[in-house]
Amino acid sequence: MSIEIRFRIERDDFVLDVDMEIPATGITAVFGPSGCGKTTLLRAIAGLEPCREGYLRVGEMLWQEGLHFVPPHKRPLGYVFQEASLFAHLNVRRNLEYGVKRVPVSERKVSMKRAIELLGIGSLLDHSADQLSGGERQRVAIARALAVSPGILLMDEPLASLDQARKQEILPYLESLHDELDIPVIYVSHSPDEVARLADHLVLLEDGHVRDSGPIGEMLTRLDLPLAYGNDAEALIEAVVAEHDDEYDLTLLDFSGGRFTVTHHDLPVGHPVRVRVTARDVSLTLEHQSGTSILNIFPATIEEITPAGNAQMMVKLICGDVPMLARVTRKSASVLDLKPGKLVYAQAKSVALLS
Amino acid sequence: MLNDADLAALAITLKLATVTTLILLLLGTPFAWWMARTRWRYKFMLEAVVALPLVLPPTVLGFYLLVALGPEGPVGGLMERLGGEPLAFTFTGLVIGSVLYSMPFVVQPLQGAFASIGQRPLEVAATLRASPLDRFFTVAAPLARSGFLTAAVLGFAHTVGEFGVVLMIGGNIPGQTQVLSIAIYDHVEMLEYGHAHWLSGGLLIASFLMLMTVYALNRRFSLVRP
Repeated sequence: MSIEIRFRIERDDFVLDVDMEIPATGITAVFGPSGCGKTTLLRAIAGLEPCREGYLRVGEMLWQEGLHFVPPHKRPLGYVFQEASLFAHLNVRRNLEYGVKRVPVSERKVSMKRAIELLGIGSLLDHSADQLSGGERQRVAIARALAVSPGILLMDEPLASLDQARKQEILPYLESLHDELDIPVIYVSHSPDEVARLADHLVLLEDGHVRDSGPIGEMLTRLDLPLAYGNDAEALIEAVVAEHDDEYDLTLLDFSGGRFTVTHHDLPVGHPVRVRVTARDVSLTLEHQSGTSILNIFPATIEEITPAGNAQMMVKLICGDVPMLARVTRKSASVLDLKPGKLVYAQAKSVALLS
Repeated sequence: MLNDADLAALAITLKLATVTTLILLLLGTPFAWWMARTRWRYKFMLEAVVALPLVLPPTVLGFYLLVALGPEGPVGGLMERLGGEPLAFTFTGLVIGSVLYSMPFVVQPLQGAFASIGQRPLEVAATLRASPLDRFFTVAAPLARSGFLTAAVLGFAHTVGEFGVVLMIGGNIPGQTQVLSIAIYDHVEMLEYGHAHWLSGGLLIASFLMLMTVYALNRRFSLVRP
């Protein structure tokens, strides 16, 4: 199952020309700077953006092809706008019911009760929209979109209009959607942090064109894409909780390249987690260091090495079967004679658990 | 106080204002909706036409209507050939004149209210499965309710207050086309100031009450743009 998208939209000062196929499962992040066409693309998928040339298939549903155009209200989708856009004339409950009432009973897979639970808005139902905080409003908007049992959920930077605290308030709810509902999501964002926490798949949009797309772990570590050169260049690694070390209050996580040691997290053994390893926190040694405080040391093979600025090099490593990034100085690269194929030890000074 | 002719004028005035307001709401709503949303480049010309009655002397509008609706005019002549009577000097003629004359007072508040809703709530409704008609009745109309209130009250009040158009096209026939504003004029001409006072004072108070209701119910009320 996949989603096939081909659009060509011309505006006065802007052309969106995309041709891509993305998986119809998990969260696909459409990532790129402001003005690159992310929102236009999402609106075209919803049928909100007039677009004469296009082809759009979501799973088995053909929404647009030639003259065939399914109007937005007949597409089983959920849409979360950048601003919550709750109906001002309805209270929270009636906002939620607005969509539910229009979905035939046989097609209601996500109950309103479940949507309310997932977003934690049970106590807000009788409030009017203007009594809510920004974060609460956005949670209601997400619940409202979910409650129509969408076949696909489209989210246009749902956190962009919120401050940092409100973002942290909502992110866990978005993560739980990911874990608990089997609804494909297209998530538009220009925030690397949100993408790292939520996305399974990444579409990199530049200037109205798809630069490339692929699984998030691969995309972030590709040295031919700009993602690997930011200050926060990072690798995301899927791991599972292996055991807890009660004596030192640590949690051990298994991945294909070894075992991460992190501070204690209250998660059951076997629970899947996503781990972030930032390139600037990874150093390389030729031998396994013993007298070091660093716990996370893994054997790895250098796959690729490219300059990152004048003084630094970005090294892509393969550790087990997952890619990881290390940023080292050009001098170190020369002294250690780093080159593709070489075996090294990657020392990660810090490892962050994302979910 | 009020004589029979005054009471008849009052009844005709209220009937005329009610019928005019209903017709304007019925026709003005889809028109204002379209005007608020179209990107047609010559929309400004239609807006100018709608606003004309705001600046034209009512006698000009009344004169052209009289010409058009009279037995020699295109509309009146057609009516005669169809076996009817010309519309000049009839209640129907008054309604036609009033609808044109009060049009900006209904269309403009509606158009403003629809425009201020913006595209977003309607797009949200579309993604929540609402069809275009459904969106209009369940989102646009409730969000524009202040616009409807303003339009209805202004349309009604302005029709009650018209003089020039009804004088030209109605011909001031007592019991048929004589409305309050003309009745007042007649009283003054005949130096019946007592009658004129009663009618004028009544209109003044009624108009004030209507406008006050609008302002009280709708703090965001914006008066008609000329």
